[in-house]
Amino acid sequence: MGWYMPGAANCGPGAKRGLVSIVKNGEDPGRSSERRGAWPAFALDRRAFFKCTVMAGAACGLSRLGLPSLAIPLPAPTAADDSRFVVEARFYQKLPNKKVKCKLCPRECTVGDRERGYCGVRENRGGTYYTLVHSRVCTAHVDPIEKKPLFHYLPGTLAFSLATAGCNVNCKFCQNWDISQVRPEQVPAEYAPPPRIAEVARQTNCPTIAYTYSEPVVFSEYLMDAADAGHEIGVRSIVVSNGYIQEEALKTAYGKMDAVKIDLKAFSESFYRDVVVGELKPVLDTLVTLRKMGKWTEIVYLVVPTLNDSDSEFQGLARWIKTNLGVDVPIHFTQFHPEYLLKNLPITPVPTLERAKAIADAEGLHYVYIGNVPGHPAENTYCPKCRRLLVERLGLTARQILIRKGACPSCGQAIPGIWRA
Amino acid sequence: MDRGNSTSRRNFLKSCLAGAVVLGARGKGELLEAADQSSAGAKSTVVIARDSMLRGGASAVDSSRILSLLDRAMQSLFDLDHPAEPWKQLVHPGEKVGIKINALGGRGLSSNRHLVEAICERLEEAGVRAGDIVVWDRDTDEMGHVGFSAATAGNRVQCFGTDRIGYEEELVTSGSVGSRLSRILTQLSDVLINVPVLKDHDGAGVTGALKNMYGVIHNPNKFHPNGCNPYIADLNLLPAIRTKMRLTVCDATTACFEGGPGYKPQYSWNHNALIVSQDPVALDYTGWQIIERKRAEKGLKTLEADGRAPRYIATAADAQHRLGTSDPRRIALVEV
Repeated sequence: MGWYMPGAANCGPGAKRGLVSIVKNGEDPGRSSERRGAWPAFALDRRAFFKCTVMAGAACGLSRLGLPSLAIPLPAPTAADDSRFVVEARFYQKLPNKKVKCKLCPRECTVGDRERGYCGVRENRGGTYYTLVHSRVCTAHVDPIEKKPLFHYLPGTLAFSLATAGCNVNCKFCQNWDISQVRPEQVPAEYAPPPRIAEVARQTNCPTIAYTYSEPVVFSEYLMDAADAGHEIGVRSIVVSNGYIQEEALKTAYGKMDAVKIDLKAFSESFYRDVVVGELKPVLDTLVTLRKMGKWTEIVYLVVPTLNDSDSEFQGLARWIKTNLGVDVPIHFTQFHPEYLLKNLPITPVPTLERAKAIADAEGLHYVYIGNVPGHPAENTYCPKCRRLLVERLGLTARQILIRKGACPSCGQAIPGIWRA
Repeated sequence: MDRGNSTSRRNFLKSCLAGAVVLGARGKGELLEAADQSSAGAKSTVVIARDSMLRGGASAVDSSRILSLLDRAMQSLFDLDHPAEPWKQLVHPGEKVGIKINALGGRGLSSNRHLVEAICERLEEAGVRAGDIVVWDRDTDEMGHVGFSAATAGNRVQCFGTDRIGYEEELVTSGSVGSRLSRILTQLSDVLINVPVLKDHDGAGVTGALKNMYGVIHNPNKFHPNGCNPYIADLNLLPAIRTKMRLTVCDATTACFEGGPGYKPQYSWNHNALIVSQDPVALDYTGWQIIERKRAEKGLKTLEADGRAPRYIATAADAQHRLGTSDPRRIALVEV
């Protein structure tokens, strides 16, 4: 079985394949944002992974070749069978004239026969709506959980992290646009049914499956089935998502998750409209719903210079979190790197991130982190009561975990999170 | 085999004058006035060629009659007597010609194979090598389902989808969206001949020349919000499209007035027409009026009343895009 694993510099469809990268704790001081394949400290080679999957009792798919760089048409693919990836969508409504209305995300695409929704991975075929990406994994890695980043969820453990193609927004700064902004047939993928994913996670010593990299909202059906398969053998699931999802789908799909990380792209509707091609309000609603569901949630806020880095925005965000979610929800202010359609902007200056943290701290939030700046002291977790160091991190590595029974060993303050497998 | 009935210029002009028909449901409206002024300069010519006997009593289009219909349309558009002459003005030997069809609608509502064969025949007569012609759309299988069998070798007309060759790695930005272009467009086409189908579209209102370019990018799904406006216009502004597209031959042999873009027999009709122009905006405006007239005939709401007016057509003509004209006073409409 070969997984598509683009390299750090070239993430195109023709990139090297056949490896699953593993970023081990202690070996990678890189950024903690969810760019896949950026820091392959070492890789499990194809033979080892093959062995692993065979041990897991899984069938192996054959890799398809990448496309050539020259304009020479390829011969017809042999026995290509995409039908195994096609499953009727869960959240949609049938309309007259063979149209459908998607009820998965707030966009609510009305999709005519033979057309796809905005995400590009759901298609109307004769009035029935289908997902085209069930079990269609285009990238998979073994990552530290800190890379998601989730800092209050099983620190120091690994997550078997995967994605399919597609996304329901179009962020101009997307780091993984070559899988998120394409159609499933445009990127090599493997057939990976849920039980196989669960087994591979276990075989690679991952207590958790992470749905990440692109946008898991658009592969909700697969995510739910994989989570069920994982739970059957004691493997948990977490999701890294933009939170742009309708309430029913959220409760049904993310209800199966053990923890959630939401990328809150900004705290202004204008940013969401112009840079994300989405809306802020539904994402805030998602955060509130997750809170009501009792789902462990952390928030990432990518600070983009000049676009979402004003004091008022940081302050508004911090106050909103305090009022609606409480002071114990971790928030990570992470450093932007120029990518995709925002290559004209600089890397976020560290003082900007520190300013964001200072504002959020002043508003009373307990767990405010700075991300993508390896070695910064704000990567660590401190007790909000006595300020003792509780988890020391360096990049993607949890170097010391001093929390005892979910509490500060010094003052006994309870530290919210999921600390034990 | 003689498949065509060459139309002399005199006969053509005669039929043109005799066949002038009002477009639009409001009598002698602006569009006809525009047609009346077709001799005036600085207008975009749109030719509608119709043949009520195009199918000769059968359900399928007759291949020789459609060649003849194409000739009439092209000779009218270029004001030339001989069937091959217009094509010699369009293309030159040694140029690679991409014929962008539309196979999305499936059987019944995709670019007609006989029409595309007729175009290829005239291109070859104009000196283009068969091997320099590629008939293409997004997906080879989709093309195969509507009669375009894959051909990728030898000195014959090539026929395959972008799936066989891929998209450029480099992103191009059209408006606010970044896309990858089909390598068929960028590497195998010096000249683009656009062969869309005239259809109603649930999002855009109408799909014709301009929207057919959604098939040249890897992410058309990102171009559908807001009735595809301004996305369609932005996309057509890309140099790789704007500078290569020399002609649109819109297939209106079977057209669709509701429920598009997929084929629904109850909402389709045999219009038995081709619409040709070098101005894709004027062509789309004209196609829109044809669909509105049919909708009125069927007792349906206008696209405006249905909340689906194709506003992208006006956007394509605005000062920022200048891709053609959507002003009926500046469209020289000719019916033959």
